[in-house]
Amino acid sequence: MKSLLSGNGAVARGAWEAGCRVAAAYPGTPSTEILENIITYPEISAEWAVNEKVALEVAAGACFSGVRAITAMKHVGLNVAADPFFTMSYSGVTGGFVVVSADDPGMWSSQNEQDNRHYGRHAKVPIFEPSDSNEAKIFTQLAFDISETFDTPVLLRLTTRICHSTCVVELGRRTEFPPKGYAKDTKKRLALPAHARRLHVIIEGRLKKLAAFSETFPHNRIEWGEKNLGIITSGISYQYARDVWPDASFLKLSLTHPIPENLIKKFARAVKKIFVVEEGDAILETEVKALGIKVVGKDRIPSCGELTPDILRRSFSRKQKKETQQHIPARPPVLCPGCPHRPVFHIMKKLKLAVIGDIGCYTLGALPPLSSMDTCICMGASVTNAHGLEKALGADFGKKAVAILGDSTFYHSGITGLVNAVYNKGHLTLVIVDNYTTAMTGHQPHPGTGKLAHGDRGIRVPPEQIARGCGVEYVNVVNPDNLEDVEAAFKEALAHDGVSVLIFRRPCALLLKPKTPYYVDPELCKGCELCMQIGCPALSLRHPDERKKPLAVIDPTLCFGCGLCAQVCTCDAIVLSATTSTQETV
Amino acid sequence: MHLRRDCALSNDQYSGDGVNTKNIVICGVGGQGIILASNVLCTAAFAEGNDVKKSEVHGMAQRGGSVITHVRFGRKVYSPLIEQGTADFILAFEKLEALRYLRYVKPEGMIIVNDREIPPMSVLIGAAEYPQDINRKLKRRGKILFVDANERALELGNIRTVNIILLGVLSRFMDFEKSSWDRAIQENVKAKYVDLNIVAFEKGKEIAV
Repeated sequence: MKSLLSGNGAVARGAWEAGCRVAAAYPGTPSTEILENIITYPEISAEWAVNEKVALEVAAGACFSGVRAITAMKHVGLNVAADPFFTMSYSGVTGGFVVVSADDPGMWSSQNEQDNRHYGRHAKVPIFEPSDSNEAKIFTQLAFDISETFDTPVLLRLTTRICHSTCVVELGRRTEFPPKGYAKDTKKRLALPAHARRLHVIIEGRLKKLAAFSETFPHNRIEWGEKNLGIITSGISYQYARDVWPDASFLKLSLTHPIPENLIKKFARAVKKIFVVEEGDAILETEVKALGIKVVGKDRIPSCGELTPDILRRSFSRKQKKETQQHIPARPPVLCPGCPHRPVFHIMKKLKLAVIGDIGCYTLGALPPLSSMDTCICMGASVTNAHGLEKALGADFGKKAVAILGDSTFYHSGITGLVNAVYNKGHLTLVIVDNYTTAMTGHQPHPGTGKLAHGDRGIRVPPEQIARGCGVEYVNVVNPDNLEDVEAAFKEALAHDGVSVLIFRRPCALLLKPKTPYYVDPELCKGCELCMQIGCPALSLRHPDERKKPLAVIDPTLCFGCGLCAQVCTCDAIVLSATTSTQETV
Repeated sequence: MHLRRDCALSNDQYSGDGVNTKNIVICGVGGQGIILASNVLCTAAFAEGNDVKKSEVHGMAQRGGSVITHVRFGRKVYSPLIEQGTADFILAFEKLEALRYLRYVKPEGMIIVNDREIPPMSVLIGAAEYPQDINRKLKRRGKILFVDANERALELGNIRTVNIILLGVLSRFMDFEKSSWDRAIQENVKAKYVDLNIVAFEKGKEIAV
């Protein structure tokens, strides 16, 4: 049977068909829907872990029992999980163990565009690079097989265009692999130096065996076309190159580490010139060049940004097409109408605080007009960066600065930084904007919600309890809907010596039903534009009369009814609308 | 251990069919239901026996940002991304977004635009200006059809049907069976909204007459 599946849906399906029994992940674009799809298969025990390191270790533990286990994360997630990833390469597996890394070239929703194919080489594990959803499914199954055959974790490397493209997939049935039970094997799983020295020798041998396997692996295949141009490619780049050079010969690599050296040499001998077409870094290109083969690659194809068929065609075109793109105002994402983060950012701006930020929806508070976030490095770096600044500049800095992160980010990697700040006598205010979900990635539950991945009730671990447990003496939980409350809470927390934690708690607007929308009375509105400073997409300015200043209007179809604009309006012009039907629809 | 899973394609299957592949760009503002519309289109194209590929981006782009999805179908499709200047149709849910992605349409291609302006934040706060002569700029690019889908959706009593109304307009230019469309709506829309969306789809179809 055939079905339309996204790459992420196909990985989930592949895991299910391959008999996988345990899955753990932390949400992160573009990987999130892998676990979201796995959750729909009752045979797999699936959980949202608090971070990627935890997820990888949970899946690794499961594989010790002989069951097949998978973990999925975005590219930067593998940085968090790198520690167990490298040593799992040494200890090897019992049941098949697959690590999915979803890279984000072009940074659609990421802080960098690192190429995680380096990780497979660095950790000496095989890498699969599917080029569409059907391959994503097949390679997930193969990854489990190869993991067990060669006693190694396998890195399944996806990119945004694989994860979020939908293609036709051939579906199969599930094969069961029951657990073998737990058997102590310290030489394998206890990475003491004495054991690890021996294991290192084993994995160097494993790489040689994998290299031999790569030579005859049928998905590393030559597709003969005309012999004057040969293209070596992998992943999504294969699809682009197929469109740009329909008549060329192709060496399509799917198991891209270790590379099939002899197959590459055979291909190179048969074609006149070779292009290596890859997105991101010159990884295949470097390895092919090391075989003494002359190729064209990154000297033409950009290393920065996402590759597209357009960019690929342009890279090899002699005529440089002039970009005649006229200026079109950009439309970056914004905080939603009714977002509980908006009042917090509004007050931080008003108080002129230095805001040491973090990663989540609230990072959008950095954009105009709120413009109230100064830094964003990685998950959890808000509290630690703020602590470092305070150590450099003195306790006074802590009085005019805050660290801010979301609830899910707090569980991910904010807690260790908080313990560190308390222990090392820091003076800082940590603001947790708690919207009761992992909003940016599409509302996954976390320990603060007390809900499990499948929707069942788990045990709730509230952030205020954790903060107190970390030794924080000042902890305050405030509803952010009232601006006066928010401002007062900031002032009190900032006045506290030592570490204070301020939790602004109200569920994400997308999880609530909108209330009665507000309405701007044109008789009272003076056109002062104060309300425009909160950056709500439901508010805009209209010219009722060419001679007068433009007046504010609210789109009732977008208004959430939070009333923040009414709180900032000094003319009392913004009121709850009596009925919505009489209003203009923008 | 079966390490050689079924994979081999015949040489014939490698050959793409660029000429006969249909390319459709659907764009608009995050939250307008663009992804759902593209899912319905893909499901219908698949039901018609096509190879189908669709590409979209999640995450940040869903918070009121600019959204584009690429839908391609035909005998054999390689890239999930449409090349600039090769789209048969642009289905735009908002005029500024139509202008932004205009470069995708081919010279003889068609642009279907929801006659609606949603100013981005930079315009709202006065840092940029919404293009004044946007209709003229769009018209310069060739065959264009303006549709007041928001008005039609309000007639149906649900603003969220804008996406399916616009898809209905597009459907006039595709030769899919009605049953393929209906099934595609059923598969992608919550059960309680299926009937409403089928009505919305028909309403869109009528607009295009």
